[in-house]
Amino acid sequence: MTDVLWFVLALLLAGVYLSWTAGRLDRLHARVDAARAALDAQLVRRSAVSMELATSALLDPASALLIADAAHAARQAEGEARPQAESDLSRALRAALDQPEQLEELTGPVEGRQLVEELEGAGRRVVMARRFHNDAVRAARALRTKRHVRYLRLAGHAPPPPTFECDDAPPECLAREL
Amino acid sequence: MRVGLVCPYAWEVPGGVQAHVRDLAEALLALGHEVSVLAPADEDAVDLPPYLASGGRAVSVPFNGSVARVAFGPVTRSRVRRWVRDGGFDVLHVHEPAVPSLSALALFCATGPIVATFHMSTPRSRAMAAVHGIAQPALEKLSARIAVSEPARQTLVEHFGGDPVLIPNGVALARFARARPMPGWPGSTTKGGGTLGFLGRFDEPRKGFEILTAAMEQLVADRPGLRLLVAGPGDIEAALAAMPAAVAARITMLGLISEAEKEQMLRSVDLYVAPNTGGESFGIILTEAMSAGTPVVASDIDAFRRVLEDGTCGALFPVGDADALALTLADLLDDPARRAVLRGEAARTVARYDWSQVAADVVAVYETVTAGATGVAEDTRTQRLARLVGLAGA
Repeated sequence: MTDVLWFVLALLLAGVYLSWTAGRLDRLHARVDAARAALDAQLVRRSAVSMELATSALLDPASALLIADAAHAARQAEGEARPQAESDLSRALRAALDQPEQLEELTGPVEGRQLVEELEGAGRRVVMARRFHNDAVRAARALRTKRHVRYLRLAGHAPPPPTFECDDAPPECLAREL
Repeated sequence: MRVGLVCPYAWEVPGGVQAHVRDLAEALLALGHEVSVLAPADEDAVDLPPYLASGGRAVSVPFNGSVARVAFGPVTRSRVRRWVRDGGFDVLHVHEPAVPSLSALALFCATGPIVATFHMSTPRSRAMAAVHGIAQPALEKLSARIAVSEPARQTLVEHFGGDPVLIPNGVALARFARARPMPGWPGSTTKGGGTLGFLGRFDEPRKGFEILTAAMEQLVADRPGLRLLVAGPGDIEAALAAMPAAVAARITMLGLISEAEKEQMLRSVDLYVAPNTGGESFGIILTEAMSAGTPVVASDIDAFRRVLEDGTCGALFPVGDADALALTLADLLDDPARRAVLRGEAARTVARYDWSQVAADVVAVYETVTAGATGVAEDTRTQRLARLVGLAGA
């Protein structure tokens, strides 16, 4: 009789533990979704500021074209093409702005200074949002690889969330260590 | 934005984390945000700032190799829960959530956008490895993690993985620039005079105080007016007895000083000397001396080299080399023009360490994690869980 009681108790404890783990997973997935939305917003913001800079007539036409093209491509890109397009935008911004004369010329007028500041802020937020997102993804994945989670399919059938990998290094003249 | 800050250590005890939370809170208020700080504090104390909420009385417990003044237990937990529930915060920012105190409790009983800042840097330890297992589920709630220094960041990555962002401590520039020198200091640098400053544990070899006294020994004969002002904890008698009497006669020991006295002290010297031989992660004291307008002479360890930008805004000398230090000091004391140049360069550099700048970076983190979120709420799940395993009472 006591054996049965022990068995029932063990079952109960296992049930509580599993339900708690499922809750943890749920929360992690929700965090991944929120982080992903935040990352999206920051990327869109960066491409918007880049576009504004390109169309501001403060840059020479060649630099403006380069940035406008990359910003447009980044905004259009979806799915798997997105990281590449965002990397291209980072590269274009670096190529265009990492010339000492360029920045000097650009930050002369007030509107130029404001745009550069905004771009710097947007770039930093992209770096942050991407790190927070990938941190969330890594945490979710770590839990999903646990044996009891895998065998009992606590994570459901959805594929594990992917990290977002792209080159988000800002132009050196706007960089601050993060 | 409504921000809830949680400090794990007793508010009335001076300490790095407490100072960080206070300066951050005040910088956030200055930027126009609403701030409530939850910390262990004695509610009867008269000088508590209006933004402070007490999380209970602190008790002393051994933790991580020293004694920490922290608060915990069921009563504290219900207070934390109430503070979270009634706070209406857009973002919750906990400091040192791996310390057994208010931060860990706040993390336990809240959901929503939560940011954590990690200050500690400890090499891989068994204790931290044990904490890992317990802390992991709670740490999964964090939307963003911040480390205050590169070593703190490395500690975090080693123990918990991931990729935290680095936002260094700020310096309250204005406070240092406003401070007045102590009466009678620093005196004149002409005719063999000049005042040097040193701050820190002078009996800890890593701080390099002996290198400084060795350099002084070479200088005292030629410089009858040379003085050294020393502040920091340690056995003063023993330290003075261990050096030549000619050097000891030139030293004024202030002992352990308050934050305000430190500001004064840094304004009271012609040169600040940092002869450390290692173990520094950032060198906040250098930025403070620079904010006070005092040129810095420092050993060329990595951390100092970075802060002084390879010697453009302060003089560097080879680590442990007393002869080189003596030469550098003599040159600078005789060269007011060079000191003025260093002062100017330093002022330019420290602007970026100012708290207003650092707080803006922290706000950028808040904005990133709150985008689209509904704010901080009470985590009722953990309450149910606590009841279930018989910890209830909250």
